[in-house]
Amino acid sequence: MKKIKLLLVDDEENFVSALAERLQLRDFRPKVALNGEEGLDALEKETPDVIVLDLRMPGIDGMEVLRRVKKSHPQVQVIILTGHGTEQDREEASRIGAYEYHRKPVDIDDLVFSIKNAYRKKLEDVMVAATFAEAGDFSSADDHMLNEGLKDKVGK
Amino acid sequence: MFKKILSHHLRDIQGGMDDSMSPERYKVLRTKLVGLMAVVAALPLLVMAIINYHQTQTALNREVQNPLRAMLGKTKTSLELFLAERTSAVSFIVNAYPFQELSDEKALNRIFRVMKQEFEGFVDLGLIDSSGTQVSYAGPYNLKGKNYSEQAWFNQVRIKGKYISDVFLGFRMFPHVVIAVQHMSDSGESWILRVTLDTRQFDKLIAAMSLEPDSDAFILNREGVLQTPSNYYGKVLEKLPIDMPPATYESTVRPLVDPAGRDLFMSYIFSSDSDFVIMAMKPRASFTQTWYTVRSDLAFIFLSGLVLIFLVAYKITDLLLKRMSDSEMQREMAFKQMEHTQKLSSIGRLAAGLAHEVNNPLAIINEKTGLMRDLIRLKAEFPDRDKFLGLTDAVTKAVERCRGITHRMLGFAKRMEVKIEILDVNEIITETLEFLNKEASYRNVDIRLNLGDNLPHIASDRGQLQQVFLNIVNNALAAVADGGFISMTTWEKDLDTVGVSIQDNGCGMSEATLGHIFEPFFTTKKGQGTGLGLSITYGIIKRLGGELTVQSKVSQGTTFTMFLPKKPPEGAM
Repeated sequence: MKKIKLLLVDDEENFVSALAERLQLRDFRPKVALNGEEGLDALEKETPDVIVLDLRMPGIDGMEVLRRVKKSHPQVQVIILTGHGTEQDREEASRIGAYEYHRKPVDIDDLVFSIKNAYRKKLEDVMVAATFAEAGDFSSADDHMLNEGLKDKVGK
Repeated sequence: MFKKILSHHLRDIQGGMDDSMSPERYKVLRTKLVGLMAVVAALPLLVMAIINYHQTQTALNREVQNPLRAMLGKTKTSLELFLAERTSAVSFIVNAYPFQELSDEKALNRIFRVMKQEFEGFVDLGLIDSSGTQVSYAGPYNLKGKNYSEQAWFNQVRIKGKYISDVFLGFRMFPHVVIAVQHMSDSGESWILRVTLDTRQFDKLIAAMSLEPDSDAFILNREGVLQTPSNYYGKVLEKLPIDMPPATYESTVRPLVDPAGRDLFMSYIFSSDSDFVIMAMKPRASFTQTWYTVRSDLAFIFLSGLVLIFLVAYKITDLLLKRMSDSEMQREMAFKQMEHTQKLSSIGRLAAGLAHEVNNPLAIINEKTGLMRDLIRLKAEFPDRDKFLGLTDAVTKAVERCRGITHRMLGFAKRMEVKIEILDVNEIITETLEFLNKEASYRNVDIRLNLGDNLPHIASDRGQLQQVFLNIVNNALAAVADGGFISMTTWEKDLDTVGVSIQDNGCGMSEATLGHIFEPFFTTKKGQGTGLGLSITYGIIKRLGGELTVQSKVSQGTTFTMFLPKKPPEGAM
């Protein structure tokens, strides 16, 4: 099975390096970004499957990163992992499209479970998008035929 | 000065509102207010009473003095008339009869008899020639041949032609008055007719005044010698022991204290025709008898008015102060409530900040330990593997516990999002108890449900209510001994409120504990609880617009009673 590509965005290096190592041991392919800008750069270089994102960071904060990710790469799933999160943050994140919301410290098994689910969701989304793309072709074809038909009727 | 005093005392009334008032100060304030109101209200009454007193007294005095004046005037007229009549009679005789006839004793006796018939009071009658010798005499004494030329009255009558004496004893040794009239004939001869009058006639005039027994009336001459006997001031011809007032021909009344100390009205009038003065003394006491009855009426009205004013002032003040202390108490309670809420929210913010700050290092510990554990497990031949795994497990568990605490702290700080839906309280209770039934049955604790039928549904937050019930029942479970009971009752308290009570027969709480149980971080479960449970519960119920009260007795049990509104308060959404 292909390794799930992860991007860990967190300004706490001690934390994020240990987490990356642990996830690597669990057969993921994590990359680390220590702030928002780095995270967005990494996103452009190589698109991950799932992003694990801290909210409070210097520079571009997590919420902004989430917003940009969802805009440019809607299929990439984002799991929020924060020590500061309030209820409002949770709501806003889920409104913007975060897949899940965890509070630090998190149990590694819970996180792994969430990552796997998020990956599944990503695959589903990709598939649905592909299906819709085909359906879109059909619908434009339908429109075309409809238009032709109308033209015929009007022409007469 | 007055203003200063007033402001000094009013300071209590104005400034007293700033700090909470002790009952002592209310007492002082009450006394001052009642005093002030009573004085302000009673002052006009007092002034009115004083004015009334003076007016009445003046009117009464006038009323009492006027008859006295009139009587004196009348008596004076009578006296003057009496003397004038007799003088003119004598004058008539001396002019109508020639000297020869009058010097005849027989004729004189006849004239004297007629006079006595016509006029009362004549004692004797005598004719005196110009040399002062009594020529003839008619009367009870033998005074013929007596010479008067040396006597003062004789000279006076020779000059003035007429003479009326004061009362004197004379040869006759009883009080009498002499009237002498001189006749001058055309030929230049002169003679004098002299009559003596009995002063009992004066006594009759005085008696005609018919005064009360404690009054006194008498006739004096201008030197103050009594001409008639007085009840209190001596006999005839004695000097009056009171200084004579200045002469006046009008009836005059003046107050006087006599040598015996009696409080009197002295009234007097001087006769213009003679040297006589008529005087009457009337005690003030008898005078003012009428006044006393009037005054007692006045005093009664004044006093009852005063009592009424005082009562009303007292009542009003009482009412006012009661209102004041009530609102004071309400204010204090509201203030305490506010303080409590303030405390809760600031502690909540603090807790949230703390939880957040702690969470990050906690996460590092968690991950590092986790990594350590992963690495140890991966290497089969790690020395003391099990021991190290045990150690990392212990660290992970401790982190887990810390996480529990910080999450509860955040939960305490949170309780902001309330999701309102229509709920059946009975259903929520049953649902919540499912979490706890296992522990209850394991410990043989009897959970008795006494849920009201047809309990109206309420609009509230399901999760929050669940947490409330869970917290309280959890506490109850901790309090009861194995085999105890917990009973839950629901009922419709009134149209807008549903009541829920949770009772246990556990260990109960002391008064001191009861005072703190809703405070955050107050716990009796040492080392186990965060002290947030009941504080959160209390906060939730307040936010949902409800009330939470607790009754407890040590070793008898605790009852939590909450009232939940059917509709949540505005702003809870």
